[in-house]
Amino acid sequence: MNLTTDLSIWVAALLTLCIFSFLYKDNPFYKFAEHLFVGVSAGYYIVLNFWTVIVPNMWDPLMKSFGGHGVSDRAGMVAVELGDYRLFMLIPGLLGLLLFTRFFGKIGWMSRWSLAVIIGVYAGIKTTGFAQGDFVAQVQGSLQPLWTGELGSSINAIVFTVGLLTSLLFFFYSREHTGALGVASRLGVFFLMVGFGAGYGYTVMSRVSLLIGRLQFLLQDWLGIG
Amino acid sequence: MKREFPLFVTAVVGIFMILSFFVPHHSVSVPADFLQQCAIVVVAFGYVLGGANVLKLNTLAISKREPGWPYKIVLIASLLVTVVLGVLEGRQFLDQGMKSKWIYDQLYSPMQATMFALLAFYIASAAFRAFRIRTAEAGFLAVAALIVMLGRVPVGQLLTGWLPEPIQLPTIQDWIMETPQNASKRAILIGAALGVMATGLRVILGIERSYLSGED
Amino acid sequence: MAHALENIDRRWIFLIMGLLVLLPLLFPLALPLVVSNRVQGFHDTIAKVPDGSTVLMPCDYDPGAIPELVPMTRTALRQLFQKNCKVVVLCLWNGGPGLVDNVVRSVATEMNKQDGVDFVNLGFKEGREAVMVVMGQGIANAFPRDYRGQETRSLPVMRGVRDYSSFPLLVSISAGYPGTKEWVQQVQARFHIPVVAGVTAVSAPEYYPYLQSGQLLGLLGGMAGAAEYEKARGEKGTATRGMDAQSMAHIFVALCILAGNWVQWSKSRSVAP
Repeated sequence: MNLTTDLSIWVAALLTLCIFSFLYKDNPFYKFAEHLFVGVSAGYYIVLNFWTVIVPNMWDPLMKSFGGHGVSDRAGMVAVELGDYRLFMLIPGLLGLLLFTRFFGKIGWMSRWSLAVIIGVYAGIKTTGFAQGDFVAQVQGSLQPLWTGELGSSINAIVFTVGLLTSLLFFFYSREHTGALGVASRLGVFFLMVGFGAGYGYTVMSRVSLLIGRLQFLLQDWLGIG
Repeated sequence: MKREFPLFVTAVVGIFMILSFFVPHHSVSVPADFLQQCAIVVVAFGYVLGGANVLKLNTLAISKREPGWPYKIVLIASLLVTVVLGVLEGRQFLDQGMKSKWIYDQLYSPMQATMFALLAFYIASAAFRAFRIRTAEAGFLAVAALIVMLGRVPVGQLLTGWLPEPIQLPTIQDWIMETPQNASKRAILIGAALGVMATGLRVILGIERSYLSGED
Repeated sequence: MAHALENIDRRWIFLIMGLLVLLPLLFPLALPLVVSNRVQGFHDTIAKVPDGSTVLMPCDYDPGAIPELVPMTRTALRQLFQKNCKVVVLCLWNGGPGLVDNVVRSVATEMNKQDGVDFVNLGFKEGREAVMVVMGQGIANAFPRDYRGQETRSLPVMRGVRDYSSFPLLVSISAGYPGTKEWVQQVQARFHIPVVAGVTAVSAPEYYPYLQSGQLLGLLGGMAGAAEYEKARGEKGTATRGMDAQSMAHIFVALCILAGNWVQWSKSRSVAP
């Protein structure tokens, strides 16, 4: 064993153990670490968004525009070119500041204007993204020949297609699941259960990996074992 | 103005975003790009707002001496120290040697990783206490879970390596993932895509208004 | 026995779980690994990228995904640097930029690669899908400055990089949202750039449809995927060393499921008339 003399590693290791102590029961060490984590996270997110978005994407272009410069070589305080908006960057700045009106009851409704822009942008982006990436491409990928020339892969193609159609039919709620639809949706349930079981297996793997990572840190970096 | 104008803005912006997918002309792509840049900046302001809200709520809790209030002093102190140091250190606040980087590497990073690591213990406990096979469907779920769990790791090969290849655990696990699991996931993907498209259009057309929460 | 197990304090389960993960880390079993075709696809797609080209590598994760995704990031970076590829790294997760920079820098130092010339870390940008779409009009439009605060357009590595058409490959390493799914929806679907992905195990099953449809050309899933990739590259990193512990933990969870149901079944048998 080769215990580290680096104080920083000791701090990280002790905080790790404070959080692990919750497994025995809730205690002041865990509560301290938990509140420290929340405070540090909130502060870090504020600073990160300030220096990585607000300053380079809004403040810097605005300051440059007051000097008549921008991304392109064209002089002037105003521009409407791809990626070069100069003084127009006042608009997102104002919208961002309007978000803070939520703290003041009487004028809090003004924050809805900022939310409207965000919601409009993401609703539009997500609609087209899901339509192209998840709907069209996935339906296209499903249109595969059921007979591939080889028995094994043909059986797989048939099982896949049956599973896809019956699973989709399970989510069709416009009609009661009786008769042929009932049989198909019941078969779909079994395919969905296999999918969820596989997902559970992978989830176990993911969670255990996280524990392995922390123990590797404690053993190698802190205790100097292995 | 209080409700109608935001709905109008959402509709115009949303339609522009969808239009920009199909129309490459600069009369559409330039305003669309500008609106996306606006969204990026406004969401960043939102995080600052969130941090300010955390400060407000916890300060209130301390002043009212709510249960656990001493810990909230730790929360506020750590928040303020992180913000002050980060602002003073400038753009290079995450460079090696900076105090903000130390806070990130030795406080934020290990604590976040450990919070998630706790889940490994709870998943084992839940597997024993809550995972009950009472129906045929649950049986299918359990069998698939067991095969995938054991087939995905080297021990699956060790346990069944002596069997013919088509019935070894890793082979069955691969088949489950590539065929029945794939089919069900694709069905969920397609269904979810239809749902998102419908919800997106409802929001853009002003039918869905829950994001305008609160009184006028 | 069933009655004793039924009322067992869950802390005993925690203890057994902890020991079964700890002991193989101290006393490795060296269980054999087999490289799957999905991982081979990931490896082969990167291998086919022309030497010296510039590759986009979004690393969208935070410290919660270190054990699964950091080994993948390291191995992928080594493979790209060995081909003298230039790498443009970015991060769309709040908690990630410091961690991603640590990883990129450590591999770059190991392989003698220079910041700004052979690679650049563009850092973090809030905005999720909006950032991806803005990058489609110009990478530097979304990231006017890199992680170090240098002007992106002035960097040698960014010369010749305009938008997604400048990259022959996108290597997405992601822990969730925003991540691989959004890169496929917003970038692969729109700009038709080839994409390979390394993801956490919890999200891996949902990417199999993308693999089957050809939207993804390779997939690494979780620590097992990272370990297989290390084997394919002839490396023995933290992922490989963790697989023994992973195996023991999986056997334990499987036994927990079976034991829990045996207890329930025994109880219902003793209660039944």
